[in-house]
Amino acid sequence: MADTMQFDLVSPERRLASVSATQVEIPGAEGDFTAMPDHAPVITTLRPGVLTVTTSGGSDDYFVTGGFAEITAEGTSVLAERAFAKADMTQEIIDDLVAEADTARGEAGAETVDAATKLLADMVAAGTAIGLSPKQPSL
Amino acid sequence: MPSLKDLKNRIESVKSTRKITKAMQMVAAAKLRRAQEAAEAGRPYAERFNAVMAGLAKSVGDSDSAPRLLSGTGQDQTHLLVVMTAERGLCGGFNANIAKIARYQANKLIAEGKTVKILTVGKKGREALKRDFSKHFVGHVDLTEIKRVSYADAAGIAKDVLARFEAEEFDFAKIYYSRFESVISQIPTEQQIIPADFDAEDAEESTLYDYEPSEEGILADLLPRGVATQIFSALLENGASEQGARMSAMDNATRNAGEMIDKLTIQFNRSRQAVITNELIEIISGAEAL
Repeated sequence: MADTMQFDLVSPERRLASVSATQVEIPGAEGDFTAMPDHAPVITTLRPGVLTVTTSGGSDDYFVTGGFAEITAEGTSVLAERAFAKADMTQEIIDDLVAEADTARGEAGAETVDAATKLLADMVAAGTAIGLSPKQPSL
Repeated sequence: MPSLKDLKNRIESVKSTRKITKAMQMVAAAKLRRAQEAAEAGRPYAERFNAVMAGLAKSVGDSDSAPRLLSGTGQDQTHLLVVMTAERGLCGGFNANIAKIARYQANKLIAEGKTVKILTVGKKGREALKRDFSKHFVGHVDLTEIKRVSYADAAGIAKDVLARFEAEEFDFAKIYYSRFESVISQIPTEQQIIPADFDAEDAEESTLYDYEPSEEGILADLLPRGVATQIFSALLENGASEQGARMSAMDNATRNAGEMIDKLTIQFNRSRQAVITNELIEIISGAEAL
């Protein structure tokens, strides 16, 4: 069994990471899970959350807002709509993201309001998880 | 025959034009590098995205439950043309070429009896198409204020297009932009974005994936993003193409100005010579007459 797999994290604007990882913790839409080498092929959508990549040299955290992950036995590609390294995350960014999600919830129709509310709650939770204090929305 | 003074003025004016075009060329070269980097940085995302989507579309595509963004509305009446051009001119045939293929397609569709709607991105395309198609315009996106296109800008345009699709304003959407091949070659391109049209050859080698949530769920989530992704890569390609086109246009202009200066200088020198010769002849004939 291989010890490592190829891990790529790309956003539409740039490639954030391309490393050889031992495991990746992914905030999937239906729950968090950890992908390790030789994982069964899965494609899943993401919810806003914290993605942790463990390499032989330690681990890195990334904040992702959504998108999808493609996992095969050889590697994991995460295509995030927006992604930031943990160090680049600021209070300002999380405030913007939360405000954006809040606006989207306000505009959402009856069918999508649940999804929009969940997105907002996930966004706030992810912000808290990364050590920032996002404004708590009035749900 | 222009006077010496006139010639001198013209040489001066062409010289300052050359300075401007030279400066514009250098600015375009610097911007081109940045635009090219941005276009290249965006490529891995678009490629992976399209590969996954192609695989998904292949497995879901034929079923009746396929989302409308993939299967279409079942009609072929109204076409939305999204024409993406630059905000500025002085970049050779860049804007004109994109407008040309858009105009050709629009005329063809109108001749077939279809309804054509046009959404313009970038001022120059709007100006180029205004005369013939102003009654087909349904909207305009202004990017003048934006120095570097970001994904959010593309997502904004995509949101607009998707809202129109939801409101059943059109059946087909196509984008027009210029693909960046090299500094001297940018190819005006037409690409269909709704219904999504993925190249089946891009499809993954039939790996059997688990889909979480369902295939349909993922597809419904990703198709709108796909529209944004395609618009974003088109914007990036367009950005690089614009700078490339401007760079070669300004290079040409600089060279032409140089040639003109040479020609005018020769004319100036000849005229001056003629004036001196004339003066000499006058002096000599004056002396002889005594």
